[in-house]
Amino acid sequence: MTSPLQQKLKVTGPVVVTANRLADGAVVYWRADGGWTTRLEDAAVTTAAAAARELLAAASIDQTSAVGAYVAPVKVAANGQVQPGNLREAIRSTGPTVETRMTF
Amino acid sequence: MYLYDELDRTLVTERVAEFRDQVARRLSGELTEEEFRPLRLMNGVYLQLHAYMLRIAIPYGTLSSAQVRMLAQVARRYDRNFGHFTTRQNIQFHWIKLEELPQAMADLASVGLHGMQTSGNCVRNITTDQWAGAAPDEIEDPRIWAEVLRQHLTMHPEFSFLPRKFKIALTAAAHDRAAVKVHDIGLRLHRNGAGETGFEVLVGGGLGRTPFIAKTIKPFLAKRDLLSYVEAILRVYNSYGRRDNIYKARIKILVHELGAEAFAKEVEAEWRQIKDGPLALDPAVVADIAARFRYPAYERLDDSPPALAAARGSDRLFAAWLANSVANHKADGYAIVTLSLKPEAGTPGDATAEQMDAIAELADRYSFGEIRVGHEQNLVLPHVAQRDLPRLWRALDANGLATPNVGLVSDIISCPGLDYCSLANTRSIPVAQEISRRFHDRDLARDLGPLHINISGCINACGHHHVGNIGILGVEKNNEEFYQITIGGRADEAAALGTLIGPAVRYADVADVVEDIVAAYLELREDSRETFLQTVDRTGIEPFRERVYATR
Amino acid sequence: MPLVKRGRVIEDPYLRVVDDAPVPDGAAVIVPAARFLADAAELTRRSAPTGLIWPNDRKVAELAPWLDRLALIAMTFPNFRDGRAYTQARQLRERHGFRGELRATGEILRDQFLFLTRAGFDSLEVKKAADAAAFAEAVGRYSVFYQQSANGFAPVQRRRLLGAVAGGARVATGAEMAR
Repeated sequence: MTSPLQQKLKVTGPVVVTANRLADGAVVYWRADGGWTTRLEDAAVTTAAAAARELLAAASIDQTSAVGAYVAPVKVAANGQVQPGNLREAIRSTGPTVETRMTF
Repeated sequence: MYLYDELDRTLVTERVAEFRDQVARRLSGELTEEEFRPLRLMNGVYLQLHAYMLRIAIPYGTLSSAQVRMLAQVARRYDRNFGHFTTRQNIQFHWIKLEELPQAMADLASVGLHGMQTSGNCVRNITTDQWAGAAPDEIEDPRIWAEVLRQHLTMHPEFSFLPRKFKIALTAAAHDRAAVKVHDIGLRLHRNGAGETGFEVLVGGGLGRTPFIAKTIKPFLAKRDLLSYVEAILRVYNSYGRRDNIYKARIKILVHELGAEAFAKEVEAEWRQIKDGPLALDPAVVADIAARFRYPAYERLDDSPPALAAARGSDRLFAAWLANSVANHKADGYAIVTLSLKPEAGTPGDATAEQMDAIAELADRYSFGEIRVGHEQNLVLPHVAQRDLPRLWRALDANGLATPNVGLVSDIISCPGLDYCSLANTRSIPVAQEISRRFHDRDLARDLGPLHINISGCINACGHHHVGNIGILGVEKNNEEFYQITIGGRADEAAALGTLIGPAVRYADVADVVEDIVAAYLELREDSRETFLQTVDRTGIEPFRERVYATR
Repeated sequence: MPLVKRGRVIEDPYLRVVDDAPVPDGAAVIVPAARFLADAAELTRRSAPTGLIWPNDRKVAELAPWLDRLALIAMTFPNFRDGRAYTQARQLRERHGFRGELRATGEILRDQFLFLTRAGFDSLEVKKAADAAAFAEAVGRYSVFYQQSANGFAPVQRRRLLGAVAGGARVATGAEMAR
């Protein structure tokens, strides 16, 4: 598997670095000041490929906090709010879209 | 059902201890993720979109009530109060934490449950007919042979690092309820012209990116030769299966590229060298394993007890359920009961912890403590006395387990899809939910007759869409969810792959398309006895294609 | 990479000869497969032990003419997921009766030790020193095996039929096999 550090990065809009927490698999995002957060709004956002690569490299150093870091698209609203950039990231961010167990 | 002895239990316990150590080494960083990944996969631990997923093996789909109670406990203690039954007779938990896995697996091991070989490039859970041991049309219980194989292929020193995953299924009835023709090895127990019972051996079936129906390479294999022949197949596969391209690494590709005849010759050449060695099955060995299968002490009962006829006559809802979900049993006075896990707008194949506890209780009371899991993601109580059916039904109905839609349009088979799975392109469960809503009318569903809808969220085909009467495959197009629709597939002894009817349709249109297909069937069918599949076979897909794409 | 044999990390008594380099007299050597096949008659006449490295995509039957004169065959695991050499090892042991040293080379982690031992390997070139040190512990993890292994370890069914389950005949554990 290609190391994320060697993958060619195509950045066409705002992106964040995301992964899954090792201990419990929870979705996490890389913060600008280093470290992982479960809150997308606290994630470091960049629109430059070079900066994204750096964030990814920093995020990939410690393999005992999080697993499988990669660069994911986001949308930034007019008021600055960061939102998932596609359906997959939306589901990762807010959970399954499935309605909870039906009552009968 | 098979009773573990001290040796079986010891192996599972030792496996738990090994995995506990592997998890610890991963959490401490001693193992990298690349090194840990194949190890956790060998225990059925996946990393999915939001959490780890644990897949527990349910050998040949048979569970005891004690095991179901433990599954409920695991769901409550370590997960979000539910479990998901899969198309390979396994159960999955979708919210497990890695750090809690060793404890969860120790709990499961205490009742003989484990995740061994439910993932990874090894031989996976060996599946069979969920009515095995109870079906009137079977010649003998295939689970005994499934167990013989299971033991031999568990932690096999030569076959634990195959080119790719390997799936085996067995059937022992004229009607194949185990889909053997779409497995890497399919084994069909039957009687030959001389009245001997043996196996037809098929290889190279499978779904996914390149679906194939399995080819027969040995029309009749004596029981004695089961292990040596399977070993020969695996050895040929291990040696020559492709290692350079994961999309071409399954045995179906090898069989296709060599040709079934050439492949059979390779197997035969290998087999001749080992068939009379230690793998020749000693009847004493088989008898020992068979003896460890416990069968119910059936009472001597009559078919159609008066109480049953009375209930049928007086309660329309009970009668509908009886006609749909209850099948004949080989023992007089008994019945095979299917529990639908497809309530209206529910998630196909899911059961809550409360439901699992209820099922365990009902199994103890009405089914000699035994439960089965089918690849259609429904459960079965295999040995119910007919006189108990009215009481059982009331209890099932109170727990949402008596939707009378088994085998009907709303008995949808679906993978978890993009809501859970990191491999998926699209969602599948909400599609199933919407279709289920559209066909909630029970009279309509009954009138439509047998109609299997299968949904997969990606080409890996865990929803078995290729063999759905209506197959739905999620694909990604321009960042949007699209779905290809096929019709005419089937998974049984006449297994066939469905045919694409046209360009992929949007997420919002899928349920409408299914309604159009159903409407076309109602118009085209000769009479209400002609099933959907029969109509498609007769008319071809053209009229359906026209109807669906006339306005799209 | 540390070499583990009979449960202990040892110095490798064999010299790796590269390609066409001269083979020293009196030294135990391991030569590449192509070199061996080209000079097989001469190499197997040596009084010092001769071994070779065999790729995992060639039939071991090719070595049949020389098996009784080969001291060692090194099998190849290009990565630990590639399991072809398990089949080769079993065929060498069970079909061809090879009694020399079978060595596993390539990428070997501790989680393969038990499979390798049961497939007939005597020595393992282990990727990580920590794994090498943990050999006994790794192979001692399991005491129950369903299959007959190359070491003639009693599989579960035989134990059952012998009544060994109830505590009768004693059978070797994985750790004992490592000696």
